[in-house]
Formats: sequence, C-alpha cells, structure tokens
Amino acid sequence: MVSPRPDGLGEILEDSDLRAAGAAHKVALTLKIRRYNPEVRGEESWWDEFEIQADPDDRLLDALHQVKWYHDGTLALRRSCAHGICGSDAMMIDGKNALACKVIVRDIAPKVTVEPIRGLPVLKDLIVDMEPFFAGYRSVLPYLINDSGEPDTERLQSPEDRQRFDDTTKCILCAACTTSCPIFWGDEEYVGPAAIVNAHRFVYDSRDEGGKERLKILSEKTGVFRCRTTFNCTEACPRGIEVTKAIQEVKRSILFDRF
Amino acid sequence: MTTFHTYDTVIVGAGGAGLRAAIEASERVKTAVISKLYPTRSHTGTAQGGVCAALANVEEDSPEWHAFDTVKGGDYLVDQPAAQLMCEEAVDAIYELEHWGLPFNRTPEGKIDQRRFGGHTRNHGEAPVKRACYAADRTGHMILQTLYQQCVKRNVRFFNEFYVLDQLMVGGACAGVVAYELATGEIHVFRAKAVLYATGGYGRMYKVSSNAHTLTGDGPAVLFRRGLPLEDMEFFQFHPTGVYKMGILLSEAVRGEGGILLNSEGERFMERYAPTVKDLAPRDMVSRAIFQEIKEGRGDGPHRDAVWLDVRHLPSDVIEEKLPDVTEFARVYLGVEPTTELVPIQPTAHYAMGGIPTDVDGRVVVGEGETPVPGLYAAGECACVSVHGANRLGTNSLLDIVVFGRRGGKHAAGFCADADLPELPERPEGMVRDMVDGLLNRPEGANAADIRGELQDSMQELAFVVRTEESLRKMQEILVGLRGRFERVYVQDAGRVFNTELMEVVELGFLLECADALVAAALARDESRGGHYREDHPLRDDANWLKHSLAYREDDGSVRLEHKPVKLGPYVPMERKY
Repeated sequence: MVSPRPDGLGEILEDSDLRAAGAAHKVALTLKIRRYNPEVRGEESWWDEFEIQADPDDRLLDALHQVKWYHDGTLALRRSCAHGICGSDAMMIDGKNALACKVIVRDIAPKVTVEPIRGLPVLKDLIVDMEPFFAGYRSVLPYLINDSGEPDTERLQSPEDRQRFDDTTKCILCAACTTSCPIFWGDEEYVGPAAIVNAHRFVYDSRDEGGKERLKILSEKTGVFRCRTTFNCTEACPRGIEVTKAIQEVKRSILFDRF
Repeated sequence: MTTFHTYDTVIVGAGGAGLRAAIEASERVKTAVISKLYPTRSHTGTAQGGVCAALANVEEDSPEWHAFDTVKGGDYLVDQPAAQLMCEEAVDAIYELEHWGLPFNRTPEGKIDQRRFGGHTRNHGEAPVKRACYAADRTGHMILQTLYQQCVKRNVRFFNEFYVLDQLMVGGACAGVVAYELATGEIHVFRAKAVLYATGGYGRMYKVSSNAHTLTGDGPAVLFRRGLPLEDMEFFQFHPTGVYKMGILLSEAVRGEGGILLNSEGERFMERYAPTVKDLAPRDMVSRAIFQEIKEGRGDGPHRDAVWLDVRHLPSDVIEEKLPDVTEFARVYLGVEPTTELVPIQPTAHYAMGGIPTDVDGRVVVGEGETPVPGLYAAGECACVSVHGANRLGTNSLLDIVVFGRRGGKHAAGFCADADLPELPERPEGMVRDMVDGLLNRPEGANAADIRGELQDSMQELAFVVRTEESLRKMQEILVGLRGRFERVYVQDAGRVFNTELMEVVELGFLLECADALVAAALARDESRGGHYREDHPLRDDANWLKHSLAYREDDGSVRLEHKPVKLGPYVPMERKY
C-alpha cells in the first residue's frame, strides 16, 4: 500500500503506517473500579466491574469516560488535559500510581484494576481530598526568595546553573509520588516527596536566597529524614523526575552544607 | 442552601490570565479567585514552545517588528494599538516572570535564550527571527507554576473546584457571580464590585482538539446568556501539528528548531506555499496547506489524512534538551520514536481568537461604541482585545495572558477602590438553582455524551479548517436539533457530592452556546481571513469585512450580529505572503 518514496523514507513510512492502521480493531477491556460514595453506601467502599470495547490506542482515561458516559454517570474522577501535563488524574492502576491519561489500553487489556491514590481521604470513587497534599507543598515556601533587588533586565544564570535544578521543575503536583510513599501512608505529618521536589527546585536555583529557611523546614521531624529510600516515588513519577535522588540531595545539603 | 460571600474583585479562572490578574488585584483590594480546577491543572500549563518578546538577546529585534508580525499574522483584523502596546509591554513582562523565578533556558552569557517561531520575523518579514523565550518545551507549565507560586507567596484566596454558572447584573453593572461547589453541591453567591473572567477557550466543541476536556467556554457562555456580545467568534485557530487522531499539541517549536513537514511523497510541501519562511509560516496557512495536500491525494496513513512531522535530522541534544515533552508524546501516544521515525500529524482545534470583547484594560465593552460595562472584565483566551485578529501567532497567547491579565487585574482593583458595593438582585441564585434542580430532578432523557459527540463530529466536518455556506447552514440546523435535545438531557447522578456528571452536562450547554455564536458569525462572514477560510469565498474582502463581528443571543434563541470597525494604525493591510 506504500507508494514509491525518495531514498530512505520507504521503510519508515511503512512502519508508521502499520502502527496507525493498528487502531482499527477494538479490544475487550474489563475495568474493575473501587467505588466509594457516602451519599449512597455510607462509609463502605465496594468494587464494580465494567466491560467495554476500546480502541487499543485509547488511553485508560478514554475507557473511564466510556464507563462514565455510557454505563454509570455517577462514577467520579478528576481529569482535564488528558495528555499528562495537568496532573489531575493520578490513580492507582493495577497497584501502581500513574496518570490514567498516560496509560494506554493495549498495555492493560484485557483487565485493569483502578483505585484512588492512597494516603489521602477518599471523597468519592477516584476523587481524594488534595488539601493535605497542597498544605505540604505550601509548607516548603515554594516560590523564589530573593531580597537583593531586581535588575532592570533579567538576572543572569549560566546554562549549567539552570540545568542544576531542571529535573525538579517538571513537577506537575499530581501527587503520584507522595501517595506511593509508604512513609506518607503511615504518617500524615510527613511532607512527602512532592513537597521536597518543589523545595529542591528552589534550593538549587542559583537565583534563590531562601535555601537555608527551606532546609531548616525540611530538617524538622516532618521533613526529609522520614524518607527510607524505597524509590516508590521515582517509579511513580509520570514526569520521569528522579524524586529519590532529589530527596537524597536535600538530605546531603542539610547534613553537610551547615546552613 | 445558599452561601453568601462579599469581595471587591472576583477572578473567575486560575490559568495564566487569572493568576496574573490575581497577583495584581490581591495586592490592592479584597480578592477571591474562583476556579473549577485546582489552579495548577489549568490549560496554560500545556503551552509548550515559548513566549515572545523582543529582548534581542540572540539576534537584533524590536517591539515594532513584533507588532508588525502580530498584525500581519492576524490578517489585519488585529486592533493595531492593542498589538503595539502588547509587544512593547512584552519585554518587561518577561523580565518580571524571570524575577519571579521562571526557569528560562539560557544563552552561554546567562541571558534568557530565544528561538524561532512561526510568523515571527526580522524587519517586517525578511527572515525568521529568534524571539521566543522558552523553558524547554514546557514554557506554559513554568508560567503557570511561577504565577501560582507567587499567589501562594501572597496568600491569595482561592475557591477551588467551584464552577461559576451565572453573572449577576444590576442596572447594567456587575454585581457578582453565582457558583456551584463541586464537593458539596452547594450554591454560592459572590457579591463583588468587579468580576474578571479568565476561563480560557472552548476547543472541546471539536472532535480533534489540543484542548483539555474542561475547555468549554464557560465565561463567554455565561455572559452570552446574559445578553452580552461575543466578538469574532468565527476565528478559531487550527494548529497544524496535532498528534494524529488525538489532537494532542506538538509544539511549533519543533519546526522552530528545524523540524519539517512532509507529504506522502516525502516532499517538503511548505516550500511551495510559503517560499520565504516555509514550515514557519503562520498556523492558519500551514493548516490550510495540509488540507490542500490531503485533498490532492498526498496525505498519508491508512486513511490518507495525515502528513508527517520529521525531526530525524535534528541533533539529539536539541531533541533531548529543547523538545523532551513533545518527543515523549510521540512515544507514549503514537508508539513512534521521533529520532528515527516520522510522526503522523493532522491539524487540531487549538485556540479561540474570539471571545468576550474588551479594551486594553480588560474592561468588557459592548456595541460599536465600545461602552464599558461597569465592573466587568475579561482577559486571556476567553477575551478578545483584539490582539490576535483572525489568526494568533504562536507564543502570543502566553504573552496575552501576562500582559492583559496584569492590566485587567490592575484596572479592576482601581475600579473597586472608587466603587460602592453593589446591591444584589432579588433571589440572586435563582437561575442557577433552577437549572441545577431541573437537571437533577429529570427522571429520564437524552444522553449528554451522544449530544457532545455529535456536536464534536459535526463541527469537525462542517466548521473546521475549510468552511462553505452550505456546510455552515447544515451546521446551524444540526445545532438547532442538538439544543432541542439538550433541553431534555438526563443526569443519572442525583447526588450532591462531586457530581461531575452534572457539571459535564452544564459545560456541554456552554459549548453549545459558543458553537451557536461561532457558526452564525462564520456564516455571515463571506470572505476568507486568517483562521476563517470559506472555500466559496476564498479571498480576503477588506472593502466589506475589515471589521469585527459581535454576536448577541436574542430572547427568541436566535443569534443577532453587529459589527464594529477594526482599530487601524501604521500597518496598511496588504496581501499576506511569507
């Protein structure tokens, strides 16, 4: 089906053609979803199963929409951008935290289990109370602190200094890391990985002057030393941030930089 | 039960424009931000490529060149004084973001780095210029994060997951808004001297869209229902490089860094359409070129309806450092490895040039005489200043939100300082209460997803990149039918706690309002200009159509159109070649 191409293009086009063509066949997908609705069953949670036909290229989010739109309108979940940037749809999917919009049906069919992220109070179905999570975020002073006055143009920063904190600028505050952390599950006082990531983003920014203050906050008993380096957070991060490494860097700065 | 609140300024929406306005207003007057999402979920965060300002850090540049490009890019429907002001204020707006900590990429000297973007040129079109300031390909994410951080620092008061469903007006002036609290189903009345809408776009009326599910035109629709006009709704931007079928945005920065478009014959077809700037022509031209290639049989893929984005020749460090997210989208959603394979793309509904008419201070203005509505403001994509005219240039949306978010927030706060608190109308929550109760108490009816799906499919087929009188008339008929069915729409979830189904239905109603205005204005405008291409009237017609459209909802449900002149300036309309 591939027409003649200039040198070097033929094989690649054919390959991609096949991938795009693969979208034509639907597959069966069973979604086992943990439900909770205080208006319907009080404090009891339960499981529901839905069987749908889905495009293998669809996102799990598309499949959840199919359930919500055509099977059970009461199913509650958060979502917005649907391509892994807004951070709304973190869920526990087959036992691991991920964004429903970054999990593809072909990778989970024929059956997937979906639960709310752990460690935060469930409010309805897949929706949890995010306030404790954002309180942790706010506690680390997540904004640039610089009282030295502003130049007329930009502050200078070398590409190397900029690169120093690049990884932690990617955070979308989806809570996948924090709610995969066994320490956080057991101790709601712990600020959790995401808050530390957002502190890291400023601590290692050469323009920032609030590092000492932040490191002091993170050296307290609710801070970084709760971390037991289980690496769940790094595995869970949909943005590929090396969360555990960032936490370790903050620990080292507290121990050795004598702030 | 209804809860009452009183603020000076209420800001509706917490994307870039809303947050920037909130920073400005909250320093001066008692301010609340009402957002249907947590602020960091807002769609500003998905903007990728950059934000333009003539810093001249890398190449010679000037705000005047930027203004010229903006006016020409907008196919001369831009209000030129507004564009000049935006491009002049751009420079300080970028420095301000940098001072607040935005992690821009840097030049070897440590300055903010800049790169090329579509339609941005040196000296009035000579060649592409490096004007876009960027943070990898997550510039919008960094703007949203930085503005939210500044709001956290300032203890801005947020009402998250509250949906504004009605505007309160008394004696032709703003009196506040009515909102629905998602967590509890409670209705809240916010009495306020000033309200600033920053609710973003309405791209979800199309099937293939880069827009979030939540971009449903809430602000424009609420005001439209209250008799206020919507400006230039026929101008919608279709971004050329959406992920095939899904519509996820693949930034123009890909082409800014050297990526090219190929048709099924492996030809770099943009050389034929825009010989000077080629793949970096403005988005409306590139999207039409793709349509033309597909129409003439040079589309590819199983349905011959895709073209290819090619970055295989780019150095790996450019891809890894400057385009990491875009690369990942191709891998995750297409299973394509862009460093060695071609990426299938198609145009995607991306950005509303039209919206709530405002002046350069964010004041909502009505009619040909542009009479301000006391206390009512709008900024960002939901507003129409108009700095984007008939086609927005890449990066100018992020610029728009910081420049006019600031101006709107500042003016609103100033207005509040002199204004008395308005009286509320009788039973202010009435409209919202009746709407919500009506939906929750209906025992059966039409499926909202079916209505939404048909709206999206038919808008895609009949009111997308290429339109005709026939297609738009057909779309109008379809909309009448969809609105009829929407009157009988059924909500299965009768609960009060996180009834997201109810709010999705309300949002569908907003989309139908915006689609009505868009199609009516597109049908009337029998010329082609920028993002509005009429196959039956393929040329621009300055003699009859160098003017803005204003759409009003009439009591009988029809849409009435008025027009107002474009504010011209130094740039005389000429043929748009690149």
